[in-house]
Amino acid sequence: MASHSESIIREPLITGKDITYAQITNDVLRPVENMPGKAWWIGFSVASLGACLWVVAISYTFWNGIGAWGLNKTVGWAWDITGFVWWVGIGHAGTLISAILLLFRQNWRNSINRSAEAMTIFAVICAATYILAHMGRPWMALFSLPIPNQYGSLWVNFNSPLIWDVFAISTYFSVSLVFWYTGLLPDLATIRDRATGVRRKIYSVLSFGWTGSVKTWQRFETVCLILAGISTPLVLSVHTIVSMDFATSLEPGWHTTIFPPYFVAGAIFSGFAMVQTLLLVTRKVLGLENYITMFHIEAMNKIILLTGSIVGVAYLTEFFIAYYSGGEYEQYTFLNRFIGPYWWAGCMMYGCNVLMTQLMWFKKIRTNIPISWVLSIVVNIGMWFERFVIIVVSLHRDFVPSSWAMFYPTWVDVSVFIGSIGLFFTMFLLFIRVLPSIAMAEVKLILKSSSEQAKLKLIRDGHLDKEQVDYYKETLTTFDSVDITDYQKV
Amino acid sequence: MSSTKYILGLFADPDELMHGIDTLQKNSVPIYDVFTPMPIHGIEKKLGIKDSRLGYAAFMFGCLGGTTIFSMAYFMLVHDWPMNIGGKPAFAVPDLIPITFEWTVLFTAFGMTLTFFYATHLFPGRTPRVMDYRATDDRFVIAIDAKGNIPHDDITNLLKEAGAVEVKHNDRKYVSYE
Repeated sequence: MASHSESIIREPLITGKDITYAQITNDVLRPVENMPGKAWWIGFSVASLGACLWVVAISYTFWNGIGAWGLNKTVGWAWDITGFVWWVGIGHAGTLISAILLLFRQNWRNSINRSAEAMTIFAVICAATYILAHMGRPWMALFSLPIPNQYGSLWVNFNSPLIWDVFAISTYFSVSLVFWYTGLLPDLATIRDRATGVRRKIYSVLSFGWTGSVKTWQRFETVCLILAGISTPLVLSVHTIVSMDFATSLEPGWHTTIFPPYFVAGAIFSGFAMVQTLLLVTRKVLGLENYITMFHIEAMNKIILLTGSIVGVAYLTEFFIAYYSGGEYEQYTFLNRFIGPYWWAGCMMYGCNVLMTQLMWFKKIRTNIPISWVLSIVVNIGMWFERFVIIVVSLHRDFVPSSWAMFYPTWVDVSVFIGSIGLFFTMFLLFIRVLPSIAMAEVKLILKSSSEQAKLKLIRDGHLDKEQVDYYKETLTTFDSVDITDYQKV
Repeated sequence: MSSTKYILGLFADPDELMHGIDTLQKNSVPIYDVFTPMPIHGIEKKLGIKDSRLGYAAFMFGCLGGTTIFSMAYFMLVHDWPMNIGGKPAFAVPDLIPITFEWTVLFTAFGMTLTFFYATHLFPGRTPRVMDYRATDDRFVIAIDAKGNIPHDDITNLLKEAGAVEVKHNDRKYVSYE
């Protein structure tokens, strides 16, 4: 501990002057230990209305069958699979932050991993509901599992990408849940030890008797590291497999080998955008500006810029390969995205995902909170349209012009989609109310090395020369939660 | 005779805790355990805790998962219900790569985590055996078994000299939740 400190030129990961271990606990647990504020209640009311809409729409679907949706014999996958792929994609950022950034020792993940992992769980739940609903007979869902059944030797078809999907999504959900919950144990113990009465009993059960002894910590870190190691290829495999639902078909617009990396990049892109959407509001409402700083926001914006650019390159590659393949159906499909009846969807996809994202090259935009928030929503809209374009626009005009058709969503389609967003936000708002939205133990770990006060201490103790101190003073103006006047003594 | 079971040195800073461990070890005071609100790197070497073998468990569970699904698929596709689809082989190995990978990961994650819970005696609803409530918040606690040790006042003084903000003489083994 004592020997480790970060370079002064690296921006602090925790801002604020006099943060202590106790203050970290108090700050993070404020929403958990106190009654929620007005903003939470407003958000929760709106989100739960959306969740109610979802219940109505999904019940209507189960009662009447998926004929309640706007599907037809040409467009057999539409808003449901669009919603499924969109939600699975959104989930990816959580695992990326918790696993890949952990392997790369990126300490800035410590402030955002808990919320991002929670977001993953909720997003995958939303995705799974789409798949169950799309089955038409959700009570038959067990038929997609390789378990003995009453029809004799009838097993699932392991050659089908749809079965790969079942394995991928269920594994992804369970592993993410295990990773998330194991990581929660030390923080649940903190809540338990501060609580009284019934709350103490509940958190006592949930925290599995965690004590924080050295041996437990050592093994806990081993488990987290190995889980990160296996989750990293897992997260890449999941969206690769989802993309194979399309890529292994012969459908023009789907049958393309770039889909796996393109889908993975798109997933990380939309996932980070959703993390940004959620955390920019959460940090403000819960007063967590010292822990989720401008550095975090900018870092996430940089990842959005990078993955958005990869997605842009994938779009260009798709176009080029359609042209280069010489396949007229393939070429028509891609032209149809711009000149067909769904041209507006194509424009939304390219505009939101490629053009708007490129604004992030400007530091002023990357570090502007309202613009970042709007752009994160724009990205998610764009990514929804990307899935819509791939699915509906490819399907609605395929090889046989006599079967060409348009897809028009019904009120049920729209309600299920809006409702799933409500469901997602309801779960997220409940999460920040009952569980710590920041991994306290992990943030405490970096307090002495990467915080603003650790850097100030270096200066005060005279470990740095004047140039470095001046540089540090200049960088202070870039943090949104502190003021240069706070540091006159420096 | 003293009823003290454990002497606890509560530190406010992890570096001072490390210093406290050094001091106690220099004076040959055996340490029962150390409790912290966050992981402290390097402390396990100081306390002589062996490297975790959970990695081996993870590997074994991974092998088990991969073998299980591969054998299941072989049994189902070749033995129990072979299908002739356009003359394609019943056991198309490349098609089994995704599911084999997924179950390898699934078994590794669950197997290793359950092994971790088993090895560290963690399970839902277990009564917590904490030495001090603040050990999961902002205090770094060294626990010393009071039995058969040098005079307790000497230990207290050693801890205080090392920077302990508080020293407690607990006459119960754990803080009770019952």
